[in-house]
Amino acid sequence: MNSVVATNIARFIALVLVQVLVFNHINFLGYINPYIYILFIILYPVKNNRTLFIFLAFLLGLCVDIFSDSGGVHAAASVSVAFLRPGFLKSVFGALYEHQTIKFSNIDIVPKVSYIAFLTVVHHFILFSLEIFNFSKIILVAQKTLFSSIFTIIICILVTIIFTRKS
Amino acid sequence: MQQIINFIIRNKNFLLFLLLFIISFILTVQSHSFHRSKFISSANFLSGGIYNSVHNISQYLDLKTENKILIEENYKLRNLLFNQTENNLDSVIVDSSFYSKEFKFTPASLIKNSFSSTNNSLLVDKGEKDGVKEDFGVITSKGLIGIIDNTSNSYSRVVSILSTKSKINAQLKKTNHFGTLLWNGDSHEIVQLMDVPKIAPVQIGDTVITGGRSTIFPKGIYIGTITSFQVDNAEDFYEINIKLFNDMTNIGHVYIVENLKIKELINLEK
Repeated sequence: MNSVVATNIARFIALVLVQVLVFNHINFLGYINPYIYILFIILYPVKNNRTLFIFLAFLLGLCVDIFSDSGGVHAAASVSVAFLRPGFLKSVFGALYEHQTIKFSNIDIVPKVSYIAFLTVVHHFILFSLEIFNFSKIILVAQKTLFSSIFTIIICILVTIIFTRKS
Repeated sequence: MQQIINFIIRNKNFLLFLLLFIISFILTVQSHSFHRSKFISSANFLSGGIYNSVHNISQYLDLKTENKILIEENYKLRNLLFNQTENNLDSVIVDSSFYSKEFKFTPASLIKNSFSSTNNSLLVDKGEKDGVKEDFGVITSKGLIGIIDNTSNSYSRVVSILSTKSKINAQLKKTNHFGTLLWNGDSHEIVQLMDVPKIAPVQIGDTVITGGRSTIFPKGIYIGTITSFQVDNAEDFYEINIKLFNDMTNIGHVYIVENLKIKELINLEK
């Protein structure tokens, strides 16, 4: 139990720092940045205290917001994704996901990719609609969501593959 | 009562989500007004300190370009110094009471840059303890950067001109027709100059400088050159696209501008 808490604390700090110091400055093609800090939400244990999880997601987003001076857009996106996560899990792994012990290290690649993709697209859509905050620029929102999502998904999958312990 | 408590306990996750979402939404809305929330700012000692220590390492990577920029600026200043007409040179004014110093410049380093979102803000390593306050201007040797909107003890946050909220008075260099400098959020090289009257002789390639009408910037700081222009829908004003002299993706050292006569000016305008 303690190792789970320690891992998650370490992951929280590491992801925030990596996000604000490295991935916020990639600016691929001028504006495309991956937001890999949502890996914390993706990889958080399935059997959890949901209240705590939502609160932690809020804290995570707020930390990124403070560093990137963006008001509360990351916090809003993260907290919504954390709240909706059981829905994503249910639709990808079936209704009985809570009774199986899902370990993200040993699930197949297809459900893993679709789970990460679902979560990322929703997160990025909320993020960019709040950041741009202008209905007349919905095309820009969609464009940013699409390209950044592709980038985020690829990097998230690479990171999960690289950092998985081999059994 | 029992039912209300039961309801709260049953839906505590949803209510917590709603509460946190509303908090972050309020912070977002606040951040879209020009003077932003004072709570969520990277100009605090933790994030400022982290950015500063990373900057201490990464600044070595672009020493070469920084040197080049400094040499260019020195060259320009030397040209000014030695090409003055002799009349100016032999009549040096010694009495300091003749000078009225209007603007004070403080050198600073940029420790966080950003240009990819729609409201970009930067961080510089000078704060209240160096005398930097809100509404001071920030420039480089090449041109305009932005306006300071939040300060902590040793860091300050700058609203970049690449921000949809920033509005700065600017004018054509060859005539005194002025307009408002805005950014539409598309390209980090191009900003827009609005509300220039149609009578102004606008041409592609003309230089745009800051107008003296704001209390923040001195008149005559270079901004960019005109790349294209069109008449707006009402056919009264030009909408002009300006290519910036500054490469906003690569800024090292900046100057913070303080207008020493700002109180006098504001009193006069009351």
